[in-house]
Amino acid sequence: MQLGRVIGRVWATVKDQGLEGQRLLFVEPVTPDLRSAGKPIICADCTGAGAGEIVYWCRGRESSFAFLPAEVPTDATIVAILDELHAGGESHRC
Amino acid sequence: MILARVVGTVVATRKDPRLEGKKLLVVKPVSPEGKEESGYLVAVDTVGAGAKELVILVSGSSARMAEGCKDKPVDTAIVGIVDNVHVSPPK
Repeated sequence: MQLGRVIGRVWATVKDQGLEGQRLLFVEPVTPDLRSAGKPIICADCTGAGAGEIVYWCRGRESSFAFLPAEVPTDATIVAILDELHAGGESHRC
Repeated sequence: MILARVVGTVVATRKDPRLEGKKLLVVKPVSPEGKEESGYLVAVDTVGAGAKELVILVSGSSARMAEGCKDKPVDTAIVGIVDNVHVSPPK
């Protein structure tokens, strides 16, 4: 799983049935000191995360398991919203 | 999932029989700001996307969960046509 920051949202009316009702958010991967660490990716969300929040997300087929028994065709899903982060002697309240 | 723009179609007569009847499109990944990125992909279209449309792509084994792709040799599928994108400016 990877750390990320929610930076935006995507709307699509025409979509796969499995994505019906799912929020699709843009997540920018971040390092433990919350600096940008790569290209943003579109994630499904099972937590209700909002803009600017620090989350962790998983990728690959496993990311669709967050929605079982529904079959959601996603390859990236936000699975948690961070409260605090402690790394490298630094602490962040998110 | 990533954003991409439809830039062409692929026609193939000889192919895996499980791909018969599938619409294959050439897409180019784009950034959240709409800027085209390097490379091209061939994707199975499950939503009826057309030329120049901005779409959502799902890759890897998750692509087989798209409508009509179960047990098919597919690793990139178009699963949505984008209406709108909103990205917050960096802090």
